[in-house]
This record gives sequence, C-alpha cells and structure tokens, in this order.
Amino acid sequence: MADRRFEPTRIPGFATVAVLAFVALYLPIFTLVAYAFNGGTSIAVWEGVSLHWFSKAWENEAVKSATLRSLTIASLAAIIATGCATLAALGTTRRRAFKGQTFIYVMINQPLMVPEIVTAVALLILFGMVKQWTGYQGLGYLVLAHSAFCIPFAYLPIRARLEGMDLSLETAAADLYANPWQTFRHVTLPLLAPGILAGAMLAFVISLDDVVITEFVKSGGQDTLPTYMLGQMRRAITPEVNAISTGLLGLTVILLTAFFLLTRKKA
Amino acid sequence: MSISEDAAAARSVRNAWALSAPALILLTLAAAGPLLIVLVYSFLSPGKYGNVEWVFSLDGWRSVLYTKDIFDDSLQLADAHLTIFWRSVKLSLLTTGITFLVGFPTAWFIATRPPRARALWLFLITIPFWTNLLIRTFAINEVIRNEGLFNTVMIKLGLFSEPLRIINTDAAVLMGMTYVYLPLMVLPLFAAIDRFDMRLLEAGYDLYASRWQVLRRIILPIVKPGIIAGSILVFVPSLGAYVTPRVLGGGKQMMIGNFIELQFGQGRNWPLGAALSMSLLIVVMVALLVYVRAAGKEGHGHG
Repeated sequence: MADRRFEPTRIPGFATVAVLAFVALYLPIFTLVAYAFNGGTSIAVWEGVSLHWFSKAWENEAVKSATLRSLTIASLAAIIATGCATLAALGTTRRRAFKGQTFIYVMINQPLMVPEIVTAVALLILFGMVKQWTGYQGLGYLVLAHSAFCIPFAYLPIRARLEGMDLSLETAAADLYANPWQTFRHVTLPLLAPGILAGAMLAFVISLDDVVITEFVKSGGQDTLPTYMLGQMRRAITPEVNAISTGLLGLTVILLTAFFLLTRKKA
Repeated sequence: MSISEDAAAARSVRNAWALSAPALILLTLAAAGPLLIVLVYSFLSPGKYGNVEWVFSLDGWRSVLYTKDIFDDSLQLADAHLTIFWRSVKLSLLTTGITFLVGFPTAWFIATRPPRARALWLFLITIPFWTNLLIRTFAINEVIRNEGLFNTVMIKLGLFSEPLRIINTDAAVLMGMTYVYLPLMVLPLFAAIDRFDMRLLEAGYDLYASRWQVLRRIILPIVKPGIIAGSILVFVPSLGAYVTPRVLGGGKQMMIGNFIELQFGQGRNWPLGAALSMSLLIVVMVALLVYVRAAGKEGHGHG
C-alpha cells in the first residue's frame, strides 16, 4: 500500500461503491438466514440460536408436499427442457446459415423476452380451457409450462459448448468409418456432456425458483415451495419462511458451485 | 454448386428443423402460442363471473386508458390506471438509473481485479443473480420492515424513537427492485468492461486527459453496448414486476403486473387484463427493438 504509483485503471470512489454494493447484496441474505436460526417465536426478538424453525418447517405437511412437488416439477422440467434444448442446439449450430434460423432463435429465446406475468396470464387462460374440456387437473400443466420456459436456459450453455467444440474429431470419426449415430454417440455426446449437465442444472434452478407462472397455472392444492412461501408472506410471517428460504438458498448455492466447476474445466 | 452439394445443403436444413422441432412444439404450446389467445381475449366482453363472453368488444382496450362516466356515458381518462402506469414507468426508470450508478463502479471494480480474485468477485455477483427472486425480496424485507434490521439498529442506537415506516411505500418497492435487479446490470457491464483495452486509459492520460475526460470520452463510449444491455435487462423485468411490488408494496402500491393479476381475480375483467398484458408486451418489444437497433449500430460504427 506504500506504493502510491499512478494506477490508470483506478477511478476514485469506485472501489468504495463496489464494496458497499457487495455488502448491500449480502447483508439482507445473511439477515434472512440469521433469523431462521432464531430461537424465539417472533421474528422481532432475537432469543438465541436454535434449529427450532427448521424442524417445525420439516414437520409441516404443507411444506413437505410443496417441497416434493417442487422437486418433481423441477426434475421433470429439467429433463424435458434439456432434451429439447440439446436437440435444438445440435440443429442450430455448426451448419451454414439457413432461412428460418432467426425464427428458431427467436422462438427459443422467447421466454426470456416476454414478461413473466404476460405468459402467466396466457397460460391461465389456455390451461383453464383445457382443464374444462378434459377435466384433467394434474401436475402436467405445471410440468409443461416449466419445461417451456426452461428451454432457453438449458439451450445457452449447450450451444456455447457445441460452438467451442473441435469439428475435426467428428471428421476423424467419420473417416474411420463410424456411421453418423456412432459418431454422435461416441464422440459428440461425451464432449457435449458437461454442457448438457450445466444446462440441466440451470433449468432445474430456474424451475425451482419460479413464482409467477406457477402461481397462475397451479390448480387448488398444487402449491410449490415458492408459491407456498408467497402465500405465507400475506399472513403474519414466522421464521418458518426463513428456514425454508435458507434451505432453498443452500440448494441453489450447491448447484451453482457445481455448475461453475463444470463449466470452468473447459477453459 | 453441384447437385449433390445442393442436396446436402437441403438435407442439412431439414435436419436443423427436425432437431429443433420438439423445442419449437413445446414453446408453441406453452409459451408463444398462448399469447395469441390473450390477444383474442382482449377483444371480447367480460363474463359476469370472470372469464369472457364470446362477443366482440373494444371495451377491454378502451378501458386501458379511459373510463366511462356512470351518468352520461362520456369517456374520461382513467386516473387510477394512469397512476399505476406512471408508477410502473417511474419506478422502472429509477431502478434502471440507480442500478447503473451502483452497478458501473461495481463492474469496473470486478473487471480490474487480478484474474483469480476476479473469478471470486464474479461468483459473488452470480449467487444473488441465480437466487430465488422471492427469497431475495423477502431478504430485503427483513432489513426494511418495521421490526427489521434497519429499524432495530436505529432504535437501539437511539437515532429513531419509533420505526421508520418504509414497507408498503413506493420507496420500499424501489429499494426491492434495485436490490433484486442489480446483478442483471452488473453482469453485462462487466462483460463489456472486461473486453475494454486498458491501454487506452494510459493513452488518454499520456495525452493529458483528466480522470473525468477519460471516463466520459474513452470508457463510456466503448462500454456503451454493455450499458444498453444492462439497462434493458433491468428495465424490462422491472416494468413487468409482480412479486416485488406485491410483497413490499403491500397490495396498495400496485404496478402493471399486479394490476393485470387484479383483472383476472377480484376485478373479473379478463378482456381488460388481456389488453393490459398486450400493452405491456408491446412496450417491452419496442424497448427490445430499440436495443437491437442500438446494438446493431454500435457494431458498424466502431471499426
């Protein structure tokens, strides 16, 4: 620090603002987590560390079923979205530009552009009609809706991986008389695997986090963890919500860390 | 081009469509297609108990801006609606502005760290980015609510005698949106600054530019695409925000998103809700088009 040499990239005040921004980003999250460990019954008074609210949330049947439902929907949506996204990525990369390519891009990225509330309203209307026609009220609607809006999130890392891949390996396989399927199965797919896994994880997290579309599409008694929490927030909030949030937060951080380790290896 | 090359090209295009088909079908069924139904619904009449009657009507669109006088049927501007639109636009612009003022120094700070530290700081920005929006809204609520961290500390310190009421105000919604959308501003700004050739700064200073001149004349023009991208990424979801105003605005400080929901719930005016959704969609599409234009121009301008 003694060296006060002129540093062209330093702009006075920027570091201070940045550090304050990080404090502002994390302070509320730490507060939220801290209150989850509060021993008292109220969210206002601190009464020592306890796991009381975690066990309370764990014993709550509504929380249990919402957790199970969230995980079911997120897993199915991640699998479906990643499957579709992988095929679409294979279809839209590494070939000469063609008519309609832009249309496919726009369609795939459409969920990123349209405000969630608009999609939510659209699905409310459409699925409302279908529910009336068919009488089917199950989880299928939520799975379908989640699969659709997860596609762009799964597509991006897979496409990035494909574009960074060396074409010569596949050419080599073809030269050695591998048929297209063998080439795909034994060359392309293994190379693509980290991208697919990364895409699936992003899709899983995105589905797990969704509030708005789920809130509009779900039938009665189909709360996911986020919509359950949103419902609780309308009433008097107990630290149970903090405990649930902390659990979800933990899961997200674990998945993200894995995601970063997966995508970093490439570099 | 030979015939076989032509055939190969055609096959390649067919394959592209075949491979993309599952994704396209799914998106048509559960994302893009339903938007057309919303468009149709905006031209129908409201049903008595919600839903619609299949009678053509422009009332849905008319009542976006106008309200009919009960006595003489004359049209008047719907002040309540305009208040909500104005609040949505105002809060979204303020959110975009504040996230830029905070996000630019933050992105600069991250981009100018040594490589190893940079990865860590970037990861620290990415965690909130991927964390559930509802959880983050709830987290900021923990800080600003009446018995929250801020008020507790202020009262303990003797600075306040009673809690400062922030929750359920426009300010609370603004703080919440700034908080949840900040990473959306920082990430594209970082990407732009990261590509910036820092030697240009030295060149600027060597030519006797002041710090301010370097910032205004060298840095800002070059990272402009990142600024535009970040602003769009913050402005668009802010305008359609639903969760944050609902939790922090307490049902009274409504934004367009909440107003749309109201029409499908207690309001029982689905055509108006559909027309409002379409209006929001149009505004967002215009914003995105402006972005694409600006980004395109940027690409041609600087050779």
